[in-house]
Amino acid sequence: MESTRTKLKVRDFSVFYGDFQALRDITVDIPAHRITAIIGPSGCGKSTFLRAFNRMNDLIPNTRVQGRVFLDDQDLFGIDVVELRKRVGMVFQRPNPFPKTIFDNVAYGPRAHGLRDRARLAEIVERSLKDAALWDEVKDDLDKSGLALSGGQQQRLCIARALAVEPEVILMDEPASALDPIATLRIEELLQTLKKNYTIVIVTHNMQQAARVSDYTMFFNMAEDRAGYLVEYGPTKEIFTRPREKLTEDYITGRFG
Amino acid sequence: MLLPVSSDAQLARRTVQLATGSLARRKLSQKVAFVFLWLAGFLVVAALVWIIGYVMVQGVRVINLEFLTTRPAGGVSGEGGISTTIVTTLYLVVLTIVIATPLGVGAAVYLVEYAEETERESRLVSYLIAIARTGIEILAGVPSIIFGLFGFALFVSAMKLKFSLLSAGLSGACLILPVIIRTSEEALLAVPRSYREGSLALGATKWQTTVGVVLPAAMPGIITGVILSVGRIIAETAIFWVTLGGSYRLPASLLSSGRSMALHVYMLASETRAFEKAMGTAAILIMTIVMLNLIINYTSRRFAARMMGKSR
Repeated sequence: MESTRTKLKVRDFSVFYGDFQALRDITVDIPAHRITAIIGPSGCGKSTFLRAFNRMNDLIPNTRVQGRVFLDDQDLFGIDVVELRKRVGMVFQRPNPFPKTIFDNVAYGPRAHGLRDRARLAEIVERSLKDAALWDEVKDDLDKSGLALSGGQQQRLCIARALAVEPEVILMDEPASALDPIATLRIEELLQTLKKNYTIVIVTHNMQQAARVSDYTMFFNMAEDRAGYLVEYGPTKEIFTRPREKLTEDYITGRFG
Repeated sequence: MLLPVSSDAQLARRTVQLATGSLARRKLSQKVAFVFLWLAGFLVVAALVWIIGYVMVQGVRVINLEFLTTRPAGGVSGEGGISTTIVTTLYLVVLTIVIATPLGVGAAVYLVEYAEETERESRLVSYLIAIARTGIEILAGVPSIIFGLFGFALFVSAMKLKFSLLSAGLSGACLILPVIIRTSEEALLAVPRSYREGSLALGATKWQTTVGVVLPAAMPGIITGVILSVGRIIAETAIFWVTLGGSYRLPASLLSSGRSMALHVYMLASETRAFEKAMGTAAILIMTIVMLNLIINYTSRRFAARMMGKSR
C-alpha cells in the first residue's frame, strides 16, 4: 500500500441498534485525499459504517457504539456533533435539495454557521457550484427552486451544498444510484477532481463504479447473525484483480450478493 | 366448483357460459352501484345548493351599501345595518388567531420534532406528553358551547374580564387550538426526513433545522389550518354568546362587549322581527366563508407549485 496520511482511523469499531449488532470489530485506516469505496451485499452495514463518521446514526434511538474512531487523531465521538458535521459532510442516496432557491440551498450551511455577509455568501455559492460542476448550468437561475433541476443536477447541487461549508471529508451514500447513466458519469468525473481537496468515502452497490472511481476498496459482508464485518481492504486494483479472500472474489465475480 | 363429469369440449363450453353469465351479473352490479353513488352525490350537492341558494336569495334583497355601513339600532324591530358586527368579527378573528397560532404551532413543533427525544430521557415527561396528545384529541371533538362555558367561568367570571373581546378571544383560541395543533402536526409530519437529515448533515443545529427547513416546508399546511380556524371563528355562535356578550356597539377596547356577525344572525332571528335582516347577514357570512375557501385553494396550490419548483 502506498503511504499517505491517514484521515480516518477506525479501531475495533462496532455499532448496535438496541440488541442487534449491525457492525462488528471494524479496524481500518482511511487515507486522506483518496477515494475509498465501500462495497458489499445489501444489509451488510455499509451505510451504518459511513454514517458513523458524521454520527448520523445518533438520530436513531437506542444506537450504541463500541471501539474508537479518530478524525486526524482526534476522538470522533469527543468532537461536538455540530462541529463534526461541519468537518465531515455528506451526500445522500436520493438528491435532497431543500425547497429553496439554488442560492439559498448552497448558502444554507455557511448561514447556519453564522455567515451573514451577502458578498461573501455569493462568493462561496459561486465557488461551490463551480467545484460541483454545476455553475455553468445554473448561473442565470440562482433564484430558481432547487427542486426545478433534473435529478443529476439536484445531486450536484447537494454536493455543492456540502462543499460550501468547506468540509475535510465527504461521505457519499450511493450518490448515483437514483441517477441515469450520463448523470452518474458526471458525478464520477466530479469525484476525481474533488479528491485533490477532500477525503472521499463512498458507499456503492455498483462494483464497476467502485472499480472505476476509487483508490481503495473495503469489502463488507454479513455474518450469520447479520452483523456486518470487514472482509478485505486494500488498493482497488488489487481487490478487483487478485483478492486475497475467496469471499471477495465470489462477490466481485457476481457469484453472490 | 364441482362440475359433472363431461367431455373436454362440453366442459369448455360450460366454462365459457359460466364466465359470460357472471360477467353480465358483475356488469349489472357495477351499474347499480354507479347509479346509487351518482344519486348520493347528486342529493348532497342539491341539498347544499338549496340551503345556500335559499339564504342568498332571501338575503340579497336586504343587502346594499347602507346595510353594510350602518350600525344596528337594536330593539325588537331589528332596525339598522351590520357595520359594527363586521368590524367586531374582524377584531375577534385577529385576536383569536394572534393568541392561538404561536401556541398551536409551537405545540405541534414540540410534539413532532422534540417530544420523542424527551420521552426517551424521562418517564414522567413521556406520561405528560401522552396526556397532552390525548387531551388534544379529545378537545378537538368537544362542542363549542363547552368551551364557552369554560370561558365564561374562567375569563368572564373568575378573571373578571366580563363579557368582552378579550374573554371571547381567549375562549375562541381554546376552541381552535386543537385544530391548529393537529393540522400543523400533520404538515410537519409530511416534511420528508431527508430535509432534516440534509440540514443536520451540514452542521446545522436541530433548532436551525426546524426553523430553516422544516417549518418553511410545512408552511402551506400550517396556513391552511389557520385559515380553517378563521372560518371556524367567523361561524361560531354559542361560544361567543356566553363570552362576548351581545352589545351591538363598536368595541372600544379589548374589554368591551361586542357582537359578531354569526351572533347577530342568531339574535336577529330569535329576538326580533327582522328575519330578512338575519338572512342578509347570513348571506354575507356565507360569502365570507366561500372567499376563505377560495383563498385556501389558491394559496395551497401556489405553495405546492413553488415546492415543486414550477415557479419562483
